Amino acid sequence: MATITDVICPFCGTLCDDIEVVVNGSKIESARHACKIGNSKFLSINDIPRPIKPLIRENGASREASIDEAIAKAAEILSNSKRALLFGWSSTSCEATAVGIEIAEEIGGLIDGTTTVCHGPTVMAVQYVGLPSVTLGEIKNRADLVIYWGANPMHAHPRHLSRYSIFPRGYFRERGQQDRELIVVDVRKTDTAKIANHFIQVEFGKDYELLSALRMIVNGGELEEEEVAGVPKEKIIELADKMMNCQFGILFFGMGLTMSPGKHRNIDNAISLVKNLNRHTKFSIMPMRGHWNVTGFGEVMTWQTGYPFAVDFSRGYARYNPGETSANDVLQREEVDAVLVVASDPVAHFPRKSVAHLARVPMITIAPHHSLTTELSEIFIPSSMVGIEEEGTAYRMDTVPLFTRKVIDPPQGVLSDVEILKRILEKIREMR
Amino acid sequence: MSELVLKNGIVYDPINNVNGEKMDILVKDGKIVEKLNGNAKTIDCSGKIVMPGGIEIHSHMAGGKVNGGRLFQPEDHVRFAMPKTKVTRSGTGFSTPTTFLTGYLYSKMGYTTGMTAAMPPLMARHTHEELKDIPMIDKGAYCLTDGNWFIMKYLKNGEIEKCAAYVSWLLKATKGYVVKITNPCGTEAWGWGKNCRSLDDPAPYFDITPRELVKGLVEVNEILKLPHSVHLHANNCGRLGNFVTTLETFKVPNGTKPAAKRQIMHATHIQFHSYGGDTWHNFESKADEIAKAVNSNKNIVIDTGTVTLDHTTTMTADGPLEYYLQSLTHLKWMNRNVEMETSPGITPFIYSRKMPTASIQWAIGLELSLLIKDPWQVLMTTDHPNAGPFIRYPRIIAWLMSRKYREETASKVHKVIYDRSTIDGIDREYSFYDIAIVTRAGEAKALGLSDRKGHLGVGADADIAVYDINPSEIDPSRDYKEIEKKFSSAAYTIKDGEILVKNGEIVQTRYGRTLWVNSKVDGELEKEVMKDIEYNFKRYYSVNLANYPVREEVLTRSTEVTRSASV
Repeated sequence: MATITDVICPFCGTLCDDIEVVVNGSKIESARHACKIGNSKFLSINDIPRPIKPLIRENGASREASIDEAIAKAAEILSNSKRALLFGWSSTSCEATAVGIEIAEEIGGLIDGTTTVCHGPTVMAVQYVGLPSVTLGEIKNRADLVIYWGANPMHAHPRHLSRYSIFPRGYFRERGQQDRELIVVDVRKTDTAKIANHFIQVEFGKDYELLSALRMIVNGGELEEEEVAGVPKEKIIELADKMMNCQFGILFFGMGLTMSPGKHRNIDNAISLVKNLNRHTKFSIMPMRGHWNVTGFGEVMTWQTGYPFAVDFSRGYARYNPGETSANDVLQREEVDAVLVVASDPVAHFPRKSVAHLARVPMITIAPHHSLTTELSEIFIPSSMVGIEEEGTAYRMDTVPLFTRKVIDPPQGVLSDVEILKRILEKIREMR
Repeated sequence: MSELVLKNGIVYDPINNVNGEKMDILVKDGKIVEKLNGNAKTIDCSGKIVMPGGIEIHSHMAGGKVNGGRLFQPEDHVRFAMPKTKVTRSGTGFSTPTTFLTGYLYSKMGYTTGMTAAMPPLMARHTHEELKDIPMIDKGAYCLTDGNWFIMKYLKNGEIEKCAAYVSWLLKATKGYVVKITNPCGTEAWGWGKNCRSLDDPAPYFDITPRELVKGLVEVNEILKLPHSVHLHANNCGRLGNFVTTLETFKVPNGTKPAAKRQIMHATHIQFHSYGGDTWHNFESKADEIAKAVNSNKNIVIDTGTVTLDHTTTMTADGPLEYYLQSLTHLKWMNRNVEMETSPGITPFIYSRKMPTASIQWAIGLELSLLIKDPWQVLMTTDHPNAGPFIRYPRIIAWLMSRKYREETASKVHKVIYDRSTIDGIDREYSFYDIAIVTRAGEAKALGLSDRKGHLGVGADADIAVYDINPSEIDPSRDYKEIEKKFSSAAYTIKDGEILVKNGEIVQTRYGRTLWVNSKVDGELEKEVMKDIEYNFKRYYSVNLANYPVREEVLTRSTEVTRSASV
């Protein structure tokens, strides 16, 4: 039995880096400090029957194939495609994304990540107004006002509150929770709302109005309405006062804001509110990024192509126009003639119309487990789990980079995403 | 490896006092050698200028804040795109080019080394990941130390040796090359939305003044005997009347002796620190005052941060400055305070020719270059991309070499420059020798790299730039457009003896070295400091100590420069 310390949990964007994994031979006994979800991800390597051999579907039936054959066939599909889509990336390493970008560039395809269906609107809003933010340690050490808006970390990012925002003792907040105030804005009383000092219930789809009302007060205006977005005037004024009078405030927002009506306009308004608040005090804003390395995908894409998602290489250089070059749009316009999915499950999560096209075109999936997407794929190449069976770089939701560790060997014969992608790229180059 | 002869070139090599002499340069195994035995490949350089490869001393080319600048400006990337070729990757971006493109663009101008100007320690891995993707040049990163809690506490308590041991550890942990100070103490104040507006305005709570911090870090730098001096972005950057603070800052290191044959302080992008006036209506250049101070102080080296009159991006660890700028322009704004360390910010900026302010800023950058007498003390930068993108270097060279070109540009900017700067009265024109100093030799010397870079003497790295300019035929003062064109597109860029660029086109790509300082201090002292580090990491950082240091594997051709401290 060996205990490996300082392990980084490859589940959510919180990217806890204090996990102690106890390894016993080829099994993981426990993952100390990890939350329930993180723990089950580590332990999942024990009990799930892992796919080892690549599968190729021919004439409606799947058969096992050698890794060489699967890679050759995948390369052939991609190389012959006129407009391939390379999708996924949020649950693999930055190193894998980098190879993915190189393949997309080589074949003149499109590359997009799960950002497109989560914080894509956030990115677009940031491109309008910017993003006054901080690292999570700043919040731990300084924040006296924490707001979660349209986010429920108790369920989605279970250790977010205890590591960074409400519970920890920080340098200037020695008493931890007692030195801070927690406000939750949401459409329903979530478990996070239950522990908040104040809960503000906003009518569904009216976040934009509430944000506008707050901005009006923060900028010195008078609120004339008795109620906005289902929230009484006094409560809005009280919230605005708290925001203006704290020493160091932080607004975390989740998909309750990005994916409800208004989308990127909601985020634009939220960021603008925080900008306005900086005339009064120190205030910051941060998206609660979901998958553990969805931030890293955006970072690598940005430094290599100039754009964070939805990139089209058909002209030999990167073009970006969400709505035109984003995954669901190219799928629903039926433009795509081949798909490579890495570390993601679009069949389970995309709209029906997109999935219908996924079913029509040859799809190659690289992932550690079976999923709806692997079931619809022509080729399924099982890969090792990054952060448990492979090392690799990841970026936390506040863009702090962490190098994830390997704690156990992958099953024999199973390659890493990076290795598989590199071999596909090599094959594609041979074919050209 | 290959052998190469650069035949009959007109060589400018200021470190070896070679001023436009016709000579052959011999290359073997990536180094410059005295003689060759085998059948060397010959490049005919007759009628062409041969210089050491260009060295960038201050450019925001890689790291979190650069990527933030890229991310929030798709408009910057639509402006400039390069498709992939047989040898190069594709790239986009005008003021914030993508990584591959950054390497290619430097190489096309004959540059072979570049330093990225600001690396927050916690984000060091990000900076190195991007540097890993910058091909063609050797590179290094400056480690930010301005709002660092350890450093502030040690210096406040007078524990200079412990502070030195901590900085030594920090450089190793982040694989940094230089101690960089940006808005000393002000970046900590920005944690509370505040700033430090003078050298004696202390950081809240930590109660240490910028003066004490800078003085302390200068001493630490010399205790550690680092190759470069401290690299300082002074307080009040970009503010009205800030020349007073700048002049005072120059005096702070007085009394401390440099541990090597170089300056005691490198004061960066001084254009942004040479402002007079107390409203934007009487904003004026104080470059003459700054030049006077530099002319009488041999221990200071500055770089200019010359404004190129472009639509660009400003990005700096000086968070309060970026907030201030966006409050003037109302453009988008990104901020990213880094726990216990520093506080970067980003906002786009348009240096419009019609604007009095931008026009004066343009004049200041050139005034500094022309009024400071010793070119070794005034290196050429645009503080990329803050005052303009680095691809404008050839234009700045042309401005410096031609009074006529300056007059032509002056006639197109706001006429306020005739009253509130001295640019119109300056006759000086740079020679090719001066250009070689301010773009490579001076940088090598200031960075402590002149044993291997910035010159063409025997034993130096074979990093060479050849430009298709015949000094005996061209009159730079009149043919300034030709000068700009030729410096934009090197006839040859040779890196480690390999031809990477020919006639302005990239013919092959290579990855350069990553330079970092392996600083050694007394083992007992280091142990003691490690205890403090462990204690503070457990309590106040959001990452574990074990996950903080950057592993050497991420560096391309990791090259350590070892320095043993005097403690």
